[in-house]
Amino acid sequence: MSAEQSNIVLDISGVNKSFGGLQALSDINLQIEEGKTHAIIGPNGAGKSTLLNTCIGLLQADTGRIDFEGHDLTKGFMPHDINQMGISRVFQTPQIFPDLSILENVMIPAFAKRDGSFKLNIFKALRDEKAIEEEALHFLEDLGMADQHHNHAGSLSRGNKRRLELAMCLIQHPKLLLLDEPTAGMARHDTNQTIELLMKIKARGMTKVIIEHDMHVVFSLADKISVLAQGAIIAEGHPDEIKGHPKVREAYLGSAEV
Amino acid sequence: MKIIELSTSKRDLLILVVFSVIVLIAPFWGSLIGAGYPDLLQKFAIFGLFAVGYNILFGLTGYLSFGHAAFLGVGSYVAVWSFKLFTMNALPAIAFSIVFSGIFALVIGFLCLRRTGIYFSILTLAFAQMSYKLAYSVLTPITNGETGLFVLKDDPRVIDGALGIASAENPLASLFGITLNGYEGFYFCAVVLILGFWLSMKIFRSPFGMKLVAIKSNQTRMEYTGFNHRPYLLAAFVISGMYAGLAGALLAVVDPTAGAERMVWTASGEVVLMTILGGLGTMFGPLIGAATIKYMENIFSGINDTLLGTWFDFLPQALTDLLVTIVSPFVGSGWHLTLGLTFMMIMIFLPGGMVEGAQKIKAKFFNKSKTEQVESEQLEKDGAA
Repeated sequence: MSAEQSNIVLDISGVNKSFGGLQALSDINLQIEEGKTHAIIGPNGAGKSTLLNTCIGLLQADTGRIDFEGHDLTKGFMPHDINQMGISRVFQTPQIFPDLSILENVMIPAFAKRDGSFKLNIFKALRDEKAIEEEALHFLEDLGMADQHHNHAGSLSRGNKRRLELAMCLIQHPKLLLLDEPTAGMARHDTNQTIELLMKIKARGMTKVIIEHDMHVVFSLADKISVLAQGAIIAEGHPDEIKGHPKVREAYLGSAEV
Repeated sequence: MKIIELSTSKRDLLILVVFSVIVLIAPFWGSLIGAGYPDLLQKFAIFGLFAVGYNILFGLTGYLSFGHAAFLGVGSYVAVWSFKLFTMNALPAIAFSIVFSGIFALVIGFLCLRRTGIYFSILTLAFAQMSYKLAYSVLTPITNGETGLFVLKDDPRVIDGALGIASAENPLASLFGITLNGYEGFYFCAVVLILGFWLSMKIFRSPFGMKLVAIKSNQTRMEYTGFNHRPYLLAAFVISGMYAGLAGALLAVVDPTAGAERMVWTASGEVVLMTILGGLGTMFGPLIGAATIKYMENIFSGINDTLLGTWFDFLPQALTDLLVTIVSPFVGSGWHLTLGLTFMMIMIFLPGGMVEGAQKIKAKFFNKSKTEQVESEQLEKDGAA
């Protein structure tokens, strides 16, 4: 796949990472194309989360490069630097601000987008931040949560927390959205709602990397799938190709479970 | 309980006006509870200001500093030096104190904020104790050690000298000719308190304040949302340090001396107690807490057995003696016992402090539906936990 066909947003090349004697990632090469939903699947312990964490500055890769808009993300950026570059992340357990109202939860990322990583705006009153408030309300309306925007975010159900977290990422209009098992631990109903929501985002052409266990989610959303097993990419291709791939079957059903 | 809310500017103005009136008529309501003398009223205002500033750090960000008395001490020393070197006017003393305690807080905050939780608290405690010990020992040329720093008749006071203001035998701080002791001192402190409260309200209502609460709520999410939490915490630390320095300066204004005992760790603990007792993270809580503790310290400690005897002497002698025996451990020098018990009761039954208690009473008596609201909020909270 060459860069002429479509823009590469994230270019991971030759990334290695080991913890002590364990090779968690070995020579990972991965290109994420603009506007596509790229799923990374694999059995437990395959290195999916490690890969995601090296992209956002939580872990340092031993060797290799991760290019994002001319920055090499392996060069010790802080998580907030990486967010300010335009990468937002959804966590396995929804990370929201439980003590704030739902509206405030969505306003905060909007402030980050507007004000950068630090601004000492003491003398500006929140109530005068009409533009941000309206934008936040608009995003909540999209999720159907606008009517309860004054409620505490901590009181939401897990599915709604996930939706709120997504809204918090989307209000920043990220160039790349990373989703770490967005439906983990969710009831079927919530999972379907989340898929619907992600389809909606997909329609807007946002570039996404999604890590997922749930094959139903993966096959309904992904444009492209990379299969990770024991720290290496063993297959890559369109969902249909992956479904019948012998190596993938072996990784999932054979002795590759770590 | 909502900490920060989008509110109308009219409501804020009303709060500020009501607050100012309450503060300015303090000599009146103070006299009703036996606290209507300037010494105690000054302490209400000064320690109220200290707690209001401390609440910006502890209440909003959740970072428990055990060393804020160090900034109070620095503020006092700087103010007294300003009195000695430049002028007895209070305004330059206050300005210098804010600047110096701010710089001091910047250095200590920068170092301590490399850690979170209990480690942060211990680091601040260590720095404050270090400052206290230094003030007693090697810094004696600046702090005058155990004796404490005083203003003297023959201090240089270059600005006063240039303006031809003569030095008094016992110089007192002044504001353009008004001597700031007694009620004048109280009103000076009261005005500074109102300004300090206004600023704190501004911070509570600003995006900055909301971000501080967000850091308290979920620091990880804050980082991944694109905020660098360090400068935010440092800013909150420095602001609260400056408040402490200002409070220290006011202590020196109403009584131009400074001693190292203001920096000791129990003084740092006291402001923590005030904030929690009144209501952590609320705008009024720290003030109420500060007033309560200072009231108990001054009034309860003044009650002795003889006074108790006169209270109960309408009863038969044996009963009077019994009551005096029972009550006396809780008053006089035993007032800490009462304070401790009150603190325990509040923590057990009203974790939100006295402000939460007031809200509950208000809900119970004034609005039936409000009660339900509080309950449902409580349920939500429990559900979240």
